[in-house]
Amino acid sequence: MSSVSTAPKTDAPKHPKSMLWIVGVVLLAAVPFAVPSLQLLVTFALAKGLAVVGVTVLLRAGQVSFGHALFFGIAAYACAFLMAAIPGADLALLLLVGTLGALLAGLCVGLFVVRYRGIFFGMLNLAFSMIFWSILEKFYHITGGADGIRLPRPTVLGMALERGPFELILYYLAIVLMVVLGWVTIRWFASPVGQIFQTIKTNETRLEYLGVSPRRALLSGYLLSALLCGVGGVLMGVAQGAVTPEYVWWVRSAEMVFIAVLGGAGSVRGAFLGALIYEIVRTYASAYAGDIWQMLLGAFLLIIILFAPGGLIGIFGSLAGRAVKEDAK
Amino acid sequence: MTTPLLETRNLTITFGGVIAANDVSLKIEAGRNLAIIGPNGAGKTTFLNICTGWIKPRKGQVLFQGEDVTALPPRKIVQRGVARAFQIPQLFTEHTALENLLIAAAARDGMRNPLIDLHDTPARDEMLHLLEMVNCADVAHRLVVELSEGQRKLIDIAVALALKPRLLLMDEPTSGVASSEKDGIMEILITALAEAKVTSVFVEHDMGIVQKYADEVAVWNAGNVQLRGAPAEILEHPDVIRDVIGEVA
Repeated sequence: MSSVSTAPKTDAPKHPKSMLWIVGVVLLAAVPFAVPSLQLLVTFALAKGLAVVGVTVLLRAGQVSFGHALFFGIAAYACAFLMAAIPGADLALLLLVGTLGALLAGLCVGLFVVRYRGIFFGMLNLAFSMIFWSILEKFYHITGGADGIRLPRPTVLGMALERGPFELILYYLAIVLMVVLGWVTIRWFASPVGQIFQTIKTNETRLEYLGVSPRRALLSGYLLSALLCGVGGVLMGVAQGAVTPEYVWWVRSAEMVFIAVLGGAGSVRGAFLGALIYEIVRTYASAYAGDIWQMLLGAFLLIIILFAPGGLIGIFGSLAGRAVKEDAK
Repeated sequence: MTTPLLETRNLTITFGGVIAANDVSLKIEAGRNLAIIGPNGAGKTTFLNICTGWIKPRKGQVLFQGEDVTALPPRKIVQRGVARAFQIPQLFTEHTALENLLIAAAARDGMRNPLIDLHDTPARDEMLHLLEMVNCADVAHRLVVELSEGQRKLIDIAVALALKPRLLLMDEPTSGVASSEKDGIMEILITALAEAKVTSVFVEHDMGIVQKYADEVAVWNAGNVQLRGAPAEILEHPDVIRDVIGEVA
């Protein structure tokens, strides 16, 4: 009888790479002081990054949603309505209500869409987001139509802050949420429930014959993805100070998928890295090449897909690995 | 009189005029290894599919430990103690052999803690032991796509055993495996089944395997059980030699 090997339980810990990520977070934390002009841009990028992690979760189960901006928008609109109902509401309450709104919407939509796979799953998500977009556009007496709704600055722990300090707090909140929710998502992927969720990609028949409902397994991940999009939506809405139907427009959903692929499909860290690079490229490309910036972005993605299918995180990983090897010599 | 572990009553199903099961009534007692033999297309796999809820019969009932499970989906039947191994191994191809078993154990134990690592679950040692039982401990940390067909078959059976079933239904456990490996696989399998006290039903085309490892044989023909008895008696029956062994040979 063969003996049990003592191979590692999981991939070997990549301490040097983890250190690089810690350095990355520290560098981000220094942005408001080192490059203040980038502060708002990075806040937007992290808000989008959280939503992209939501899309990434589904990619791990082999499903692509072309409508996840729905939860991004629902959370942002929930905040706007809450601020209209309770002027001066606290940022923590906004975060809670917006996220719960996205989670509830995720449950309602999820119970239906988890019955489908592949293109049907993707297009049904798109259909739900576009239905909500139509509601936002048509019920203008409630939603403000295409103009949207203003989202006044909330208080922070009961304190009414000026724009500068508020944006700084929002910036650090975005970093904290990135670290905490990113860590939770990575842990969830490694957990039994997360692993069962990911088997939807490879063998639903076996999953059913393990006594597990594939639909329920997919729903668990769908709820997590809706929650992440919701948190991103709250951050974006509060940072921009207004919410519009553009939040749930299909282009926004496509942008999330675009960033997920750019960053490295299935990678949590890649989602944030992709969002940062995307936001920087988009901002500067639109500033310096206003007429062709979408084309530049498209070309950028093409290059990534053709020459680095692992996305930016794959490039980063191989560069970091090479640096660690050099260091070891 | 004891309740049979699995019982079917008047199972009937047709596919476009082809009768796959024709009023099948069968009792399977606990503690036996029953082999089902028969010509291709006789309805053997359909029988397994009906018993595990994958296909619903047009008429009839499936009872497991006396409970009617005919209308239940596969997962509910699995939860009651029926496991399945497939002709083409059904594994999670992006996972290692050990991870396949750990996922099965997590499903069995209802592990819902979202922050514990799959590899840190309490069933890890038990699953490593199960891999040893099926002689696959040395490939525990390899992706299942990298393994031989024989190893994949054994992992597929180990995944089913990880569920601690009372009954294991197997569809051609040695098909696609080199002749030289078949006996080895069956030895490992029968030993593992005995150790885990699992009753088994297996569809098989290799009469040598049937003769050596089955306690009982059921001959399936034209959607029903034509004969049933001890291997020595059944495999020498003229009808079986003409209709089944002749065709297989």
